[in-house]
Amino acid sequence: MRSNFVFSEIWIGLRRNLTMTVALIVVVAISLSLLGTGLLFVKQVDATRTYWQGQAEVSVYLCYTESANPSCHGAVTPQQTAALESRLKAMPQVAEVTSVTQAQAWALYKQAFTNNQSYISTLKETDMPPSLEIKTHNAGSDDSVVVSEMTGAQGVDSVIDEMSILAKFYSLLNGLRNAVVIVALILVVAAILLVANTIRLSAFNRRRETGIMRLVGASNFYIQLPFLLEGVIAGLLGWVLAVALLIGVKSLLLNNLQQYFNYNVGLSATDLVEVIVLAMVIGVALCGITSFLTLRRYLRV
Amino acid sequence: MTINKGEFVFLVGPSGSGKSSFLRLILREERPNDGRILVAGNDLARLTNWKVPALRRKIGCVFQDFRLLPNKTVFENVAFALDVIGKPRRFTRRVVPEVLDLVGLEGKHDRMPDELSGGEQQRVAMARAFVNRPMILLADEPTGNIDPATSIGIMKVLDRINRTGTTVVMATHDAAIVDSMRKRVIELEYGKVVRDQNRGVYGQNYQ
Repeated sequence: MRSNFVFSEIWIGLRRNLTMTVALIVVVAISLSLLGTGLLFVKQVDATRTYWQGQAEVSVYLCYTESANPSCHGAVTPQQTAALESRLKAMPQVAEVTSVTQAQAWALYKQAFTNNQSYISTLKETDMPPSLEIKTHNAGSDDSVVVSEMTGAQGVDSVIDEMSILAKFYSLLNGLRNAVVIVALILVVAAILLVANTIRLSAFNRRRETGIMRLVGASNFYIQLPFLLEGVIAGLLGWVLAVALLIGVKSLLLNNLQQYFNYNVGLSATDLVEVIVLAMVIGVALCGITSFLTLRRYLRV
Repeated sequence: MTINKGEFVFLVGPSGSGKSSFLRLILREERPNDGRILVAGNDLARLTNWKVPALRRKIGCVFQDFRLLPNKTVFENVAFALDVIGKPRRFTRRVVPEVLDLVGLEGKHDRMPDELSGGEQQRVAMARAFVNRPMILLADEPTGNIDPATSIGIMKVLDRINRTGTTVVMATHDAAIVDSMRKRVIELEYGKVVRDQNRGVYGQNYQ
């Protein structure tokens, strides 16, 4: 088999259909990058979920001197704190109770906002409420029990169910992911149709050559190969574009997400590479298989 | 009915009698409803699809409409038949000029098909059919689009090819040529063989 010949046939084929080839490349690029973005979203959610696993599920903020809550009569006393703690520990839903003093809260706050000095300079240690950080056995059902138990208790300023906030955040990300994936799938269907059409057109344009090739005894593989490779090469070019778009998504979109979180939930380079490799596999498989099936139908051998 | 190696056979008959179908059956472009076809020792019914290209390499084809590639030169048209079966460039560069000489087209290597006369285009087609030294050459009304005087030249080439040992089967309406060459004549009518004659003429019925 002469590779020069095969490549020159491929090049001729791509050039003759230039407009369709370009359309194909663009559609493949967009669908692959949308699929990849959906995947990146999934990975992002997992990364934040992993972080939050280690954090408290319910935070009970205790009264302190600057409390705004009218039911707080000054700072919480050590006896009240002890009473609350033992009450919590007695509850079957509670797995762990950690006490956080004002000083500890201040230290944590400074650490979290090291990148945002403005947040630190406007506050001081006495602005930090002490809290009891609680982890429950079963976040879904136990949290609400703890929340209702603690709300209004002596010395309690406010009770925050962290999980319900997170649930909203997760559902937002999932919603975005679903929207992206649906659009991506629609585009994938469009890409498949475009590949089929491009290959069909290409085969039609070259029917004189393929007719003679058949007559002269060229093997079926040799006749089909240039068309197959046309499809795959267009797919690969689309993938290259998709990679550029995905890198853009990660560095512009997801890295900016970081500023809303004061811990590192950024995706690593490995995550991005995984998504890129998967995109390539999908892209090449899509184009290759569609080309092959189209050829079987439209290229007489 | 048997056609032996090295024979020259004319296939005659009215339009629709099955001359082209006869040739297509040999090429395995069509499948018979019943009966057996053996070409160069291969039983066509037993041949799997992926073995068909190997069969076709042993058969050269020439058509009434020449079927040249319009965007390629004479040389490239003939070389195409070698390129697509994977022959190396060195081989092609040596063999193509030889066959172009055989058909009488020396010096016209770089012409495009639309710069050639009908007779010359048919010679290119014959060169392409013969370049791989096939065992059998099939010709489907090769002189159909060519004037009688030039047709003689075409037949001379076919005769030359036949003398190298290639079996030639030619379907034709050209009575003058058949009568002048006096080769074996097989006459078809409505798909049936009605006459098989050595050193035959075109036919008593068609004057």
